[in-house]
Amino acid sequence: MQRTALYAKHLESGAKMVDFAGWEMPIHYGSQLQEHHQVRNDAGMFDVSHMVILDLVGAQSKAFLQYLLANNVDKLKDSGKALYSCMLTPEGTVIDDLIVYFITDTQWRIVVNAGTRDKDIAWMQKQIANFDATLTERDDLSMIAAQGPNARAKVLGIMPADEVAIVEPLKTFYGAFVNDWFIARTGYTGEDGFEMMFPNAQAHKVWDALLAAGIKPIGLGARDTLRLEAGMNLYGTDMDETTSPLVSGLGWTIGWQPEDRNFIGRSALEAQKAAGVPQKFVGLVLEGKGVLRSHMKVVCNGGDGETTSGTFSPTLGVAIALARVPASCTDTCEVDIRGKLHPAKVVKPVFARNGKSVLN
Amino acid sequence: MSNVPSDLKYTKSHEWVRDNGDGTVTVGITDHAQELLGDLVHVDLPEVGTEFGAEDGCAVAESVKAASDIYAPVPGVILESNEAVQDSPELINSDPYGDGWLFVMRVDDEDALGELMDADAYKAECDE
Repeated sequence: MQRTALYAKHLESGAKMVDFAGWEMPIHYGSQLQEHHQVRNDAGMFDVSHMVILDLVGAQSKAFLQYLLANNVDKLKDSGKALYSCMLTPEGTVIDDLIVYFITDTQWRIVVNAGTRDKDIAWMQKQIANFDATLTERDDLSMIAAQGPNARAKVLGIMPADEVAIVEPLKTFYGAFVNDWFIARTGYTGEDGFEMMFPNAQAHKVWDALLAAGIKPIGLGARDTLRLEAGMNLYGTDMDETTSPLVSGLGWTIGWQPEDRNFIGRSALEAQKAAGVPQKFVGLVLEGKGVLRSHMKVVCNGGDGETTSGTFSPTLGVAIALARVPASCTDTCEVDIRGKLHPAKVVKPVFARNGKSVLN
Repeated sequence: MSNVPSDLKYTKSHEWVRDNGDGTVTVGITDHAQELLGDLVHVDLPEVGTEFGAEDGCAVAESVKAASDIYAPVPGVILESNEAVQDSPELINSDPYGDGWLFVMRVDDEDALGELMDADAYKAECDE
């Protein structure tokens, strides 16, 4: 099993470690619920060094991304700006979701999921063969995400003034190089904060400094409840190589314009759209007590659907889920929890952002 | 090591059983079990009057991360379910052998009690 540069620090902080995609990672440091609230109310940090950082350089790197990705990197005009995109099969199903940071037309940074590392890199290397561009994995870098309403202030509070001058003005979804660091105002919790990439050798020092600044360690357990409340998809459960972005709530990430951009999966998606998409991606809020989990049957007007992820929402105090349901499904449904049908409300697939419920 | 009181009996599936001495037992899940499950957020308890055989699934404890079945430790009828833990499932985390108890059963087969593990046997089971 692989370990990040922060393994010893997790043990020092009392982590319960689990196998996560072949990595020994902290699931929690005592209480997943407390860690969830810590991020919603103050500031927490996640070791996300298991995620895969790739650097793309070369004269045709932009043309490569415009072919590889369903979203259009030509939207990125300012250096540092990030874009969320799916990488699709020719059949229009999702190989992975990723974030790409635009540095210059010939320099990009890409972050993909840990669990899909091998197939992602193999796919990208196969596609890049026809382009004048090179992809390099940066396993010499660690990554920590500091998230929560006070995360930015706490991180900025321990930075030297010259670095603050670069990082403080960053707008949401922008990143910047600061010496050998890359710091971006991105994250996966529905809260403000930074994702910071830096050399492995500095990982212990960074961890200790963030800890001293009052940013508490948060495990992957709370990362999942936070991202689900924020309505953010998780690869492998909310979408995968059997589903298209059009039935996974990711239609908004497809760069349809310009029409002559030929990206992998485009013709398949256009055919699906023309034929009419039979399913839609929604949020569910359980009306009574109980907990929603992934892959429960959803009974709607017009047919059955399925939850794709579900959990108890610590912020809302009720069970929530993301679900794929028939397009005809209206504002209520029932979920089969261990053989019994329980009523649930159908909502937009986002539940909490910036510490608050976004439900009506 | 988690807390394993010596005056209780235990099952392999991590229920604890207190013999009330009047033909009834009180049942909950062990400290070890609540630690494994993590923060509990919901419990489905059996209805009073329902009859169960030994090792029948009769309740469900749900933590943030997983649902876990709870089994009747002995054959019998449910006499009482702990409504307090339905409203505050975290009682199971904070006081698994006290306020976090789950249900009381009338024991239909006293011999079945003898088949349960004592604290030492349960500790050995957990260490495996």
